[in-house]
Amino acid sequence: MKGYNFAYLDEQTKRMIRRAILKAVAIPGHQIPFGSREIPLPYGWGTGGIQVTAAILGADDRLKVIDQGADDTTNAVSIRRFFARTADVATTTKTADATVIQTRHRIPETALRDGQIIVYQVPQPEPMYRLEPSRVETRRMHALADYGLMHVKLYEDIARLGHIGISYDYPVMVNARYLMAPSPIPAFDNPKMHMMPALQLFGAGREKRIYAVPPYTEVRSLDFVDHPFHPARAPHACGLCGAGDSYLDEVLTDDRGGRLFVCSDTDYCETRRADGQVGAEGVPVGMPGGAVEATQ
Amino acid sequence: MSATIDLPGFADPARDAQRAFRAVLAAMAEPGSLRMAGDDLIAPAPLAPATAAVLLTLVDGDMSLAMDAATYPAHPWVIFHCGTTLTEPAKARFIVALDCPDLSTLPSGSDEAPEESSTLILQVRALGSGTPYCLSGPGLRSPMILRADGLPADFAAHWAANHALFPRGIDIILCAGATLVALPRSMTVENA
Amino acid sequence: MAYVAVKGGERAIDNAHAWLAETRRGNPDVPEIGVAQIAEQIGRAVDRVMGEGSLFDRELAALAIKQSQGDLIEAAFLLRAYRTTLPRFIHSEPVDTAGMAIRRRISATFKDLPGGQILGPTYDYTHRLLDFALASEATVAAAPEASHPVGEMAHVHSLLRHEGLLENDEPAAAGEPGDLTRQPLSFPAPRDVRLQALARGDEGFLLALGYSTQRGWGGTHPFAGEIRMGEAVVEIIPPELGFPIDIGDITLTECQMINQFKGSKTVPAQFTRGYGLVFGHSERKAMAMALVDRAMRAEELGEDVTAPAQNIEFVLYHSDNVEGTGFTEHLKLPHYVDFQSELETVRRMRRDMAAPMAEVAQ
Ligand SMILES: [Zn+2]
Repeated sequence: MKGYNFAYLDEQTKRMIRRAILKAVAIPGHQIPFGSREIPLPYGWGTGGIQVTAAILGADDRLKVIDQGADDTTNAVSIRRFFARTADVATTTKTADATVIQTRHRIPETALRDGQIIVYQVPQPEPMYRLEPSRVETRRMHALADYGLMHVKLYEDIARLGHIGISYDYPVMVNARYLMAPSPIPAFDNPKMHMMPALQLFGAGREKRIYAVPPYTEVRSLDFVDHPFHPARAPHACGLCGAGDSYLDEVLTDDRGGRLFVCSDTDYCETRRADGQVGAEGVPVGMPGGAVEATQ
Repeated sequence: MSATIDLPGFADPARDAQRAFRAVLAAMAEPGSLRMAGDDLIAPAPLAPATAAVLLTLVDGDMSLAMDAATYPAHPWVIFHCGTTLTEPAKARFIVALDCPDLSTLPSGSDEAPEESSTLILQVRALGSGTPYCLSGPGLRSPMILRADGLPADFAAHWAANHALFPRGIDIILCAGATLVALPRSMTVENA
Repeated sequence: MAYVAVKGGERAIDNAHAWLAETRRGNPDVPEIGVAQIAEQIGRAVDRVMGEGSLFDRELAALAIKQSQGDLIEAAFLLRAYRTTLPRFIHSEPVDTAGMAIRRRISATFKDLPGGQILGPTYDYTHRLLDFALASEATVAAAPEASHPVGEMAHVHSLLRHEGLLENDEPAAAGEPGDLTRQPLSFPAPRDVRLQALARGDEGFLLALGYSTQRGWGGTHPFAGEIRMGEAVVEIIPPELGFPIDIGDITLTECQMINQFKGSKTVPAQFTRGYGLVFGHSERKAMAMALVDRAMRAEELGEDVTAPAQNIEFVLYHSDNVEGTGFTEHLKLPHYVDFQSELETVRRMRRDMAAPMAEVAQ
């Protein structure tokens, strides 16, 4: 884009972010403060993820951007456009083809592989912020690895509700040292973080923190021996592709309780349908109504 | 001396720095793995191309840098191209050395801010050959063997003391020729 | 009828932008407003946007106001996103507000003082009656000129200093002042960084916090020692010259709030100060800033920290309206995935509860 540097950020800013990323990888799960810049998208809309992506992206990369698992939600489209404009980078919707995946709220269903990088947009990097709003205090707790506050909260949930009441942004222990917010992914996705072959980077722009999980690193969802972690999904098969193992969006189809469950990961669903898989409400690809159309 | 300073930096700063950074990032994410950097860079003696590339990629006026005496002829080039001045190792966030310094004398961060530690860019004779070390830790699916020529004989013992500080500690980027290997503080390193 | 996934986000965005542009222009029969008109005639909005956008440039601020249809937080955001891309050639010398070319200067603590009170272009004593004459384009008579030029005026606090009643200026901190736009906040946050955050902070937020201190939430017994507005000279020292050169003037509003202080075991009772300095003519902001600055000094002065305005972490993390608006408004982004996971949890909790209740019913 005319008048701007490759990938928008100036080189000095990129160096600052790159230094933070390297420290983040060296200290898995620890939040590194960084001089987050104002960028032309609002805080809370992926500014941290965008700065991380801008600092790593190169001409050889193929970028995939998803929001809620989908490539076609407006925010995903907007961020993909930003990089297409400022970095002239190739984009893809195929999880398997991407070298860098920027995501908000999901980990793709297709297992990530060695060499890929997934960049999470993080609204709130501090896993204990609901229990202790002062970042001065939580920082001290991380220094001491004192996570009693979180264990007490989970235990109280169990005493009161019979089980842990957190369904997304479910806290994890990284490398048996740091308590970490996995970003607001559903707890269903948490197990994918454990020993993931891809490098996981987390960017929180407004809160000015970067953190990371290297490949093949232990990531454990907090639980108790008698109340093991339970990744939940809606107990249905995808209406379009019939998948019984994917995370599902619930779509309301009328005001009489009619609903349809479909894969939240659009690439996963489309790939399955292209392979001939058809769900109960789906139409085979190639038939009228079977192609995905622009209806807006 | 002026001949050294006349050597160019990156031909295409945005592109070349991005490539070198990805090499360092991949090295840090998979400790012990050999990565290429600076292969098209004419490095000022006695720096190796990988050492020079890492400096151009990560160091600027915002970062304190120390360089050991053996790197002296390259100092003007580094000061000019990185836009920085030199300081003493005990105050530096980046340290370039041809002789491995005592790791315990370098800034290792604090419990609250373990990231405020130094990164040692240590140039060795060769990577991929030489003394074998066994590496394990985050980034590695299973333990791997790193061969390096030019580390001190008691390196594994020194590293063990550094690793014991975790999450504080020093991170090392080893450079030789146009290859580099990273040893983040999270690694266990033993003589193989 | 088979379900068809909704696509076309890209086209929807383009169409939304086209609609926005049309709405911004409004009725084409009405002449389009010019950036110069905004800069000249909506000056207080321009001042606010320059302050919260952290960039002194009236034309760019006016453009941002036009582009944002007068949404001043959006305008400040536009300015910030532009500002962050600008290279930094040099740092200016500290501006000398004592040498300011005064347009307004008042003190609430002394009836008269050297230099006198200058009301300047203020709304203070206007009766807030809608002026229907402004609805028609009437010419405005020139304001009377002073018979003698206004010279430099010493700060009120410097007039009091010799008695030791008022705390002295802090000695300048060694080294460069902090810069929030380059380094993230860390605590304890020094006063230079706190003042920078307040100067960029949201006027409404600071107003509410400052107001709360006057109602007992961390009271500081303030007096408006001095409020001054005018043009201050910006100087730089180019390294190749080694002496300062004048690169232009900026309009500033400065407020020195004088506050009571009981004293402590080691310090006798004296007056302390809260400080406000903002771009442009922004008196409300400068005063609110001075109140909050003083409130945040509670811990330093050995006062109890009990009120929101005294909680440095709370104030600094929530004063930035570009951050606040982004995160508040991000709630309109899709959250299907999180909501779905909550739905499953709530359904499960209701099932768990229904089972024992059914047993009880039997
Ligand atoms: Zn599906």
